[in-house]
Amino acid sequence: MSQELYNRPASELSQMLARGEVSAVELMKSVAERTRQVEPRVHAFNSMDEADALAQAAASDQRRARAKATGSAVPALEGIPIGIKDVISVAGQPLTASSRMLENFVSPYDATVTGKLKAAGAICWGRLNLDEFAMGSSTENSAFGVTSNPWDLTRVPGGSSGGSAAAVAAGEAIASLGSDTGGSIRQPAALCNIVGLKPSYGRVSRYGLIAFASSLDQIGPFARSVEDAATVLEAISGHDPKDSTSLKLEVPHYARGMAELVKSGRKWKLGIPKEYFGEGLDPEVEASVQAAIGEYKKLGCEIHEVSLPHTKYAVGAYYIIATAECSSNLARFDGVRYGHRSKDAKDALDLYFKSRAEGFGPEVKRRIILGTYVLSSGYYDAYYLRAQKVRTLIRRDFLEAYKQVDAIVTPTSPTPAFKKGEKAANPLAMYLNDIYTIGVNLAGLPGISIPCGFTSSGLPIGLQIIGQPFRETELLAVARAYEERNTWRMQFPKL
Amino acid sequence: MTYEAVIGLEVHVQLKTRSKMFTRAAAGYGHPENTLTDPVVLALPGTLPVMNKDALDKIIKAGLLLGCEIAPVCKWDRKNYFYPDSPKNYQISQYDQPICKGGSVEIELPGPARNIMGEHKSVALTRIHLEEDVGKLNHGDGASLVDFNRAGTPLMEIVSEPVIRSADEAFAYLTALKTVMIYGGISDCDMEKGQLRCDANISIRPVGQAALGTKVELKNLNSFSFVRDGIAHEIRRQTAVLESGGKIVQETRDYDGQTGTSQSLRSKEMAHDYRYFPDPDLMPVEVDQRWKDSIRATCPELPFDRQRRLQAEYGIPYTITSVLVPDRDLGDYFEEAARLSGKAQAAGNWITNDLLRELGAAKKSLSESKVKPVHVAGLVKLVEEGTILSNAAKEVFVDMFNTGDLPEAVVARRGLKAETNLEDLERWCAEAIAANPKSVADYKGGKESALNAFKGPVMRQAKGKADPKRVDETLRRLLAG
Repeated sequence: MSQELYNRPASELSQMLARGEVSAVELMKSVAERTRQVEPRVHAFNSMDEADALAQAAASDQRRARAKATGSAVPALEGIPIGIKDVISVAGQPLTASSRMLENFVSPYDATVTGKLKAAGAICWGRLNLDEFAMGSSTENSAFGVTSNPWDLTRVPGGSSGGSAAAVAAGEAIASLGSDTGGSIRQPAALCNIVGLKPSYGRVSRYGLIAFASSLDQIGPFARSVEDAATVLEAISGHDPKDSTSLKLEVPHYARGMAELVKSGRKWKLGIPKEYFGEGLDPEVEASVQAAIGEYKKLGCEIHEVSLPHTKYAVGAYYIIATAECSSNLARFDGVRYGHRSKDAKDALDLYFKSRAEGFGPEVKRRIILGTYVLSSGYYDAYYLRAQKVRTLIRRDFLEAYKQVDAIVTPTSPTPAFKKGEKAANPLAMYLNDIYTIGVNLAGLPGISIPCGFTSSGLPIGLQIIGQPFRETELLAVARAYEERNTWRMQFPKL
Repeated sequence: MTYEAVIGLEVHVQLKTRSKMFTRAAAGYGHPENTLTDPVVLALPGTLPVMNKDALDKIIKAGLLLGCEIAPVCKWDRKNYFYPDSPKNYQISQYDQPICKGGSVEIELPGPARNIMGEHKSVALTRIHLEEDVGKLNHGDGASLVDFNRAGTPLMEIVSEPVIRSADEAFAYLTALKTVMIYGGISDCDMEKGQLRCDANISIRPVGQAALGTKVELKNLNSFSFVRDGIAHEIRRQTAVLESGGKIVQETRDYDGQTGTSQSLRSKEMAHDYRYFPDPDLMPVEVDQRWKDSIRATCPELPFDRQRRLQAEYGIPYTITSVLVPDRDLGDYFEEAARLSGKAQAAGNWITNDLLRELGAAKKSLSESKVKPVHVAGLVKLVEEGTILSNAAKEVFVDMFNTGDLPEAVVARRGLKAETNLEDLERWCAEAIAANPKSVADYKGGKESALNAFKGPVMRQAKGKADPKRVDETLRRLLAG
């Protein structure tokens, strides 16, 4: 496929913009035109505001011209259209969480990440589809239709950030933001042949992200290259006085730091957790991941088998902690101040019952009920408290492994993209799709998924690399060392 | 059978902070509906709480003033329940680790008479924790409207042990608590503005019985006197139930201060499961010794300690200190006037009588008064030196109150200077005594009325402008000498 503007990585487009070979408006038009063509088949967007995006692009061109005239620096993402998952607030734009509950809600304020992207010159483009309130692994739980995997339109793009992944894969955005609570960035990135990064918990402000599970949620980028992911991460990271869980740590120059590490030819020590290569792992996925590990060996990296013995408890602990937090986080959607309000409520209690019954989809309800149960008096110690203890053990497993290795390499998802409807009726099978990604959230670690091949039927396969807390630069460098040696990311779906 | 009451109070006190507990939106009272809000107050999707450090400082100060143990970590929990005045449908509060534990409030029970000090007692506290206030529902016109101005205001819950024994004790407890809060600048505790709210847990038991009776929670006690009346009513109600062979039902009752009656709101069966869990949006905050010490350095003397000191240091009576001390500013005002004049009793009299009377009549607060401690001290000196007579002094005070002029200026402007000076008066008295040996003998023989024989000549010399009280004093002194 020819290299259209909309299919190029941000790093390349930035250079073209800097050289004046293309304007931000031209780039935005190319992306919008591409979106018009493929969106009826992909359905990555809940909504888009092309006029607003073009106005942002025009403003970007003006800023660039002014910077040129005054000789001042141009920010890293100047003029780059970046899609935003429809669970992250953009002032004046809809914020639906793909839920009937917020179908007509327009958010009056910018999320911290949105503000940071704008400050870095990016064009906030579109509201990207997701599983309702980010609960799901296929984007089938959206109230506004399923997103298709651009590589096979009969299959899901993964989730919950399926729209964010599909948009970048299909050329409808140059990069995008998603949120990752149990794999919601890494798994769809794997299923769509792009890069998806979940930063360390506390690296990126959550202010303006509709909370699913506060202690697990983290915003991160989807991109066409590790370098692009590093650039977006750098733009959105940092302490935010509006989020007490964001850490007061200096933000490194990720892209530059990563490039220097790669150039130094550092020989990484990589851990392969035996618990991640067992039952349920698709053989083609396993083969691709093993091949990638082989590439690292060729680079001179040391490969060690490591053990993460509490892995088997991760899914259970995750679904207790995440649902407990979500049952409380979603209590605010009650039809009183905003959002769906049932027409025929008799009193306040009835208003809650009806508005929530009508506004929430089945998976959201299932999780609220589960979470309410595990927090109930008499069950708290047996479920929530125990799950928190498991969580500590899981983090300890990882930190123990990091005494021996620099990073851990695993499959991102046990299978490639599955058929729409295939797992929709079986929540447990769906939950198990996150088996390799959940531990990272429970442990608060950074993790990245990068393309590592295709199945015989042409479905993308992702490689997950898990880093040490707040060591994203090293994580990116490990990912880049592999990415350099293959062309997986340069393949695009035929749409 | 004789019963005794066992009462525990839960007092909610709004902290006097500029902004709300978890966001920068202003806190306040009496503003147009829903103007003290922001995305966090309204719990818009995606918003997060951030702790107001000033609120934590203030509750720690309250804890230090009341002798509580301050927890090493301030931890936050969510209390989950649905109610339209609660924007998130959970309240951020402190469940298993309140920031303050233990402590006590010194109270003064009513004395045998208003001017006689009553018995002092210590009411033990269970805990004090910090949380956020809810909004307000306004019902009417077929609709219920919510005003979120109050939502998110820092709120302290002060829980007493069940050691209060009467309605009067409860009243005294609230009064003492309020005074401490005002002294610490922690809250203004204005009940009309909802800055202090009180619920009471009341049970009764036969005197001598150790086991507690079934408790009833009394709500809506929205003034200090309603607290007293409501508790007294509930004790009578429970006594009547038991005496007629009935049983007390564990329930929450609503007290109506206007009618002096109460009604059941809900029974125990409808109790909530709040599903408390640690708030994942807020990191625990470590409160180290340095932090505590820096707050301790700002703690004022406690009101009752001050009262004891004023009585000891200045020798002024309970009748004056009981007026001065409850108002920290008035106490400060007094100490300044006493220091400047060197005459504490006289300064205290002017303040507690004339100043408070004039302020009351003019409906002004102390801070609005044009009469400052320096005025009071000046006036005390002028009277003391005999420059003006006490009648004239009253006139000077009213003038100062209206004009803010210093007493010397008022005396000069109004020509109020006594025409006699103390030396003349002394001489006239001596002359009058010397001229009338018979009356001297009568007086010394115990005839009190003989004193009048000297007063006529002295007043004639003074052309009527001598202070009769001072003439009386001078004559007695000279005759005694």
